[in-house]
This record gives sequence, C-alpha cells and structure tokens, in this order.
Amino acid sequence: MANFDQELDASGLNCPLPILRAKKAITSLSAGQVLRIVATDPGSVKDFEAFCKQTGNELLESGEEGGKFVFSIKKS
Amino acid sequence: MSDQKKLAIIATKGTLDWAYPPFILGSTAAALGYDVEIFFTFYGLQCLKKNLKLQVTSLGNPGMPMPMPMPVLLQALPGMQAMMTTMMKAKMKSKGVASVEELRELCQEAEVRFIACQMTVDLFDMNPNDFIDGVEFGGAAMFFEFAGEADITLYI
Repeated sequence: MANFDQELDASGLNCPLPILRAKKAITSLSAGQVLRIVATDPGSVKDFEAFCKQTGNELLESGEEGGKFVFSIKKS
Repeated sequence: MSDQKKLAIIATKGTLDWAYPPFILGSTAAALGYDVEIFFTFYGLQCLKKNLKLQVTSLGNPGMPMPMPMPVLLQALPGMQAMMTTMMKAKMKSKGVASVEELRELCQEAEVRFIACQMTVDLFDMNPNDFIDGVEFGGAAMFFEFAGEADITLYI
C-alpha cells in the first residue's frame, strides 16, 4: 500500500465529478506528492487512466478495495 | 502556452437533459488542461440564466426511458412536464449526478469562457442582467476567432 499525502472520497459521485474533484485536489498539492482517491463510479477506472495520460500525472495504483475503486496519483 | 489544446462548443439547446453535455465536456476538458470556450445561441441561452428553469419533456422524444408505458396524448397533459422534470432531477440526485448549476460553477472556476449570442439576446428581448456573471456577449465572428484555432469543435 503506497503512502499518500491527501485523500479524496469521491464515493457516490458520478461522471465527471470524481475527475473534477481530483483535479482540484491535485492543484493544491506540490510536485511529487500523492493523492489517494476512493470512488464508486465504475467509469472512473478508465477515466482516471485517461486523465493521467493526458495531464502527465502518474497513476501509481488503480484497484478495488472493499467494493470501491481506489486510485493513487502522483503529481508531476 | 501555444501547445495548449482548445475545445470550442456551440450550445443550442435549452432543456435540462441537453444542458448537461456542454457543461460536462467543458469542465472535464478544462480539468485535462484544455482552453475551453462555449458559445450559447438560441435556446442554449437558457443555460446561462441565474435562475435556471430547465425542464425535460418526453414529447417528440421516444428514446426517453419512462417508468411505465404512457400514451403520447397523456404525456401532453398539463403538469406532466413539471412532473417528469421533478422525477428526472430526483433520479440524477440519487445517482450522484451533479446539478447543472454545479457543473456550470465548476466550468467558471476552471476559467471556461461563456459567450452569449448577442443576436439571440436581442431577438428574444432577453435581459442581460438575467444571466450569470462572467458571461461575454458576441457574434459568429467572435466564435470563429476561437474555433478557428480549436483542436475540437462540437455542435450540441
């Protein structure tokens, strides 16, 4: 389990809110810090992959935990 | 930043369901680093009102999922549109879908530019004070100034 600097609970939120909230949270981080996101929207799996690919931030982890989707993103 | 991607959208529809695509795509593109401009024209201008009164209708829209089959003549009865709008809003809330107002605010926070079509404002005698703050007014040439440089242009 990777360490993280900030956690965002996007449970219950649907597209595009998890991405928008994550973007806002990442903006407040400094380079190299890690944001952990918990989401329930199944579409968020592909969306966070695409988000990281396009913004250049690194997707450290994408998985499932207790029926929820968990992501770790390292700010570039 | 000359290498920043640009998204231009023309929003032409003024119903609750069709208010979503411009604001969802605009806010998401902004989050991905795009420079975004949305040009609101004709009924799309309803999406810029401070006091949103957007509604949905099943009339002329056989694709709209209904909780029960209902003859079209019944759907046309007074009060049906308000009822369907209430049901749609409740459904969206229960599924965690953002409100139009929320997505619109997120667009503005992300510096998405909103342009209101001046010709339509004049045509329908709309009051510019009824629109949210930050809306700019312009015409087709102003849209092309941005869209001419855009990587993606959508007509919604």
